[in-house]
Amino acid sequence: MSLGSLTDRAPEAGPSTAKWTGWTVIALIAWGAVYSQLIPFSTWVVETTGVDPNSHFGEAISFFAYDTPKVLMLLTLVVFGMGVVRSFFSPEKTRALLAGKREGVGNVMAASLGIVTPFCSCSAVPMFIGFVSAGVPLGVTFSFLIAAPMVNEVALGLLFALVGWKVALTYLAFGLVIAIVAGWVIGRLHLEHWLEEWVRNIRAGAVDLPSGQVSVVDRIKAGIDAIKEIVGKVWPWIIAGIAVGAFIHGYVPAELLATIMGRDAWWSVPAAVLIGIPMYSNAAGIIPVIEALITKGAALGTVLAFMMSVIALSLPEMIILRKVLSVKMIAVFIGVVGTGILAVGLLFNALFS
Amino acid sequence: MKDVKVLGPGCKRCIATAEMVQAEADKLGVPVTIEKVTDYAAIAGFGIVSTPGIVIDGKVVHAGGLPKPDELSRWHQG
Repeated sequence: MSLGSLTDRAPEAGPSTAKWTGWTVIALIAWGAVYSQLIPFSTWVVETTGVDPNSHFGEAISFFAYDTPKVLMLLTLVVFGMGVVRSFFSPEKTRALLAGKREGVGNVMAASLGIVTPFCSCSAVPMFIGFVSAGVPLGVTFSFLIAAPMVNEVALGLLFALVGWKVALTYLAFGLVIAIVAGWVIGRLHLEHWLEEWVRNIRAGAVDLPSGQVSVVDRIKAGIDAIKEIVGKVWPWIIAGIAVGAFIHGYVPAELLATIMGRDAWWSVPAAVLIGIPMYSNAAGIIPVIEALITKGAALGTVLAFMMSVIALSLPEMIILRKVLSVKMIAVFIGVVGTGILAVGLLFNALFS
Repeated sequence: MKDVKVLGPGCKRCIATAEMVQAEADKLGVPVTIEKVTDYAAIAGFGIVSTPGIVIDGKVVHAGGLPKPDELSRWHQG
């Protein structure tokens, strides 16, 4: 996320580019080599501890010893890739693309750009003001603000690592749909007068950042910065999440979860959404738990709804947004997005039964 | 005397940015005044969307994330 700097820089000389690209390729090959040894490694760990691999404790250990390195490695790869992709975008460029766009097309663009634009929830407020004051329609701004935190590289990377690419793609698709539709609905409601008074009066100054060349080396560095920043921050959450997952894996009886969170319990989807709103965890902590729940017979739609609710509708974010939105507007926001998540959960359970 | 404004709502990185600007100025012996702009309306008025942002002598030179050391020294000397 540290690639917002748009100042001129001298084009890098050839040898440096070659060196950085070369090291990147070597690192990727080493990554593949280590990754291929993870299953033997986890078997070895269980054997070394001398625990019966078929016992509860053995299963929990084997889950932990295999999943922890696997998840951290896959996440590192995905975060690096997204870091490089994001070096092609900046919030300022995204705003310029969205300013004055019609609703509909604008919502689709905003949700898609929300995935690739560097975003930090701490700058959600300046972003919101910056977008609205520069003539980005309110509904389009919301599409961006819903998609950006919900469909992020940590969530996608972890889902891909733990539950598989099909579920990761489904999450991506449904996340986009919710952001597009919810933003469109909020735009239709014409709630501009519910913004806080001072927000409506701001007129953004013209941004005059000198645009410069970003070299290949800069993009690789952006990927490495993203690893340091994101993986460096979320790894304790992941390990905690995997530990909880390992416990569920080894000890929680499958029948219990199938009854509470299974497909036949229709009420579990709305319950999952409601429980998810006040809960705040980043994707890193919640996904390993979710993976364990799924393998124990929880329905995928219920689990996805829970995850989306935890990530997209969080109390701390509402408190930040309260600075620019009236309470009524936040209620509409929660209502519209919550309904979308609920619909996705129910639809998913109905489709994949 | 250079007039530097660090734009940001007071997040950790905004404070770090202000410290980096000061440290680099001290190293180069460039006299600077650093002002932290935390008001959202004022930040938006500069036209940036991502914070922290840096404004030197009224011109926006940086937006989003920590600045790089070599860029800082260039801004101070420019």
